[in-house]
Amino acid sequence: MTKKIVQIENVGQSFDTKKGPYVALREINLDIREGESIALIGHSGCGKSTLLNLIAGLTLPSSGVMLCDGREIAGPGPERAVVFQNHSLLPWLTCFDNVYLAVERVFGAREGKARLRERTHAALDLVGLSHAENKHPHEISGGMKQRVGIARALSMQPRILLMDEPFGALDALTRANLQDELMKILAATKATMVMVTHDVDEAVLLSDRVIMLTNGPAATIGEILEVDIERPRDRLALAHDAHFGECRAAIMEFLYNKQLKRAA
Amino acid sequence: MSAISITTSPPVAEPVATQPLPAQTAARPALQAADSVEARSPTLGERIAPAAGKVVRALVAMISGMGLLLAIWWAVSSRIDMFPGPVVTWHAAVELLSDPFYSNGPNDMGIGWNVLYSLGRVGVGFGLAALVGIPLGFVVGRFKFMNMATEPVIGLLRPVSPLAWLPIGLLVFQEANLAAIWVIFICSIWPMIMNTAAGVRSVPQDYLNVARVLNLSEWKIVTRILFPAVLPNILTGVRLAIGTAWLVIVAAEMLTGGVGIGFWVWDEWNNLKVEHIIIAIFIIGIVGLILEQALMLVARRFSYESR
Repeated sequence: MTKKIVQIENVGQSFDTKKGPYVALREINLDIREGESIALIGHSGCGKSTLLNLIAGLTLPSSGVMLCDGREIAGPGPERAVVFQNHSLLPWLTCFDNVYLAVERVFGAREGKARLRERTHAALDLVGLSHAENKHPHEISGGMKQRVGIARALSMQPRILLMDEPFGALDALTRANLQDELMKILAATKATMVMVTHDVDEAVLLSDRVIMLTNGPAATIGEILEVDIERPRDRLALAHDAHFGECRAAIMEFLYNKQLKRAA
Repeated sequence: MSAISITTSPPVAEPVATQPLPAQTAARPALQAADSVEARSPTLGERIAPAAGKVVRALVAMISGMGLLLAIWWAVSSRIDMFPGPVVTWHAAVELLSDPFYSNGPNDMGIGWNVLYSLGRVGVGFGLAALVGIPLGFVVGRFKFMNMATEPVIGLLRPVSPLAWLPIGLLVFQEANLAAIWVIFICSIWPMIMNTAAGVRSVPQDYLNVARVLNLSEWKIVTRILFPAVLPNILTGVRLAIGTAWLVIVAAEMLTGGVGIGFWVWDEWNNLKVEHIIIAIFIIGIVGLILEQALMLVARRFSYESR
């Protein structure tokens, strides 16, 4: 069978606050298989990003075990690249240098400068930004910034791509455009992806499994939906697809019927 | 239509209409004039006038401010004996500034030399303060323990007038020039430490997360993330420091003597050349203004529009 890249076993996360410990996540059990795309969905504050940060290693779990390729996740690592919601490009570096910083860190010890530059060009080319290499982040649009963020993550050749609401701040048209490109890139690179989203359509369109989280505090996995739609997926054709509609309905049912009451 | 135009715009149309043959052609030019005035007046008013108006207003404000200063100066000078008025001072300034770089030995040098000597002291004291203060600011901002350790010390020493450190400088260095530099060093270092530390503390968590995800080395974190992110704060500290240093050098030199604009002022007081003191005040002000503006320019070069 397909290999498990990340194993999350009985993981819980709590934070110390002034009012005492706050339990954000409890009893999370999830295996992420090689090559699959996963969406984490849930209402705001349910701990989607907390779970992603745990996989990234930016925070460590309060209880339970998190493994990546069989080794415990003890901190961030280049095999788990993160695309941040607000792109987080360094404003004083050009697009090229932003990506190069990552490339240099991952491959700098083994490869020469020419090869590193080549990798950087290739990553920017993959997201269609070769022409903007020498621009600074404030000179390009929000969608382009997010592409650079994706290029930076992909350039590290990660085992798994972690995306925290990557298209949340973009307008609908740009978002659709980037979703389509992301699908192409994932198909071409056969990358594994975990994406946090609160967009039902995006979750169904992009993923093989949709992980639905219950409301916080003490959120956990409520339901897992398998999206059995063939790839490549076409958003226009899917608009009339029965299974797509069922998937959407199932997620909506979970979010608005089963979870909303507790939120209010 | 034409009748309405003529009757509704008499003040504008009248002078135009009365210039050419009044009896026969009065109606048409009047109509054209009225139309064109009505059509053009918003574009003239909206496009050129506000821009020009702003410049004119700024100029008028500036001139009236300066005029007020001159008027007060003139009023005071005419009532007090020995207080030179603007005209006397102007003539003295022309004479003084016609040869600013003469040198008749260390006790008689042109005002240009005096300003340069003072700038030199400020440069050295201020440069040393930057060398010590900026790295110290990084350490204080990055490590909580260092912050807690230095906070009471800085809190205690910062409000002290820099001139109070002059005797300590004289004692330690046994030399007036070094003591003056020491005073500049002391007064420059606080804003540099404090602004750098504040900048380091306020580096966006996003950037630090990037550093963590990319697993950057401490050296790369400092050179690629912390230093560029903190640079605007450092420059703010530098700007505040140079302002204070330029204030303090004049007072310090009055006490230490030697070549320098501060002692020059004191010397001219002893010579009772009050017009020279007034000239020195203007020169000190202009040099301070230039220093400030130059650093503003540098700061603008390094301000990043982050999003």
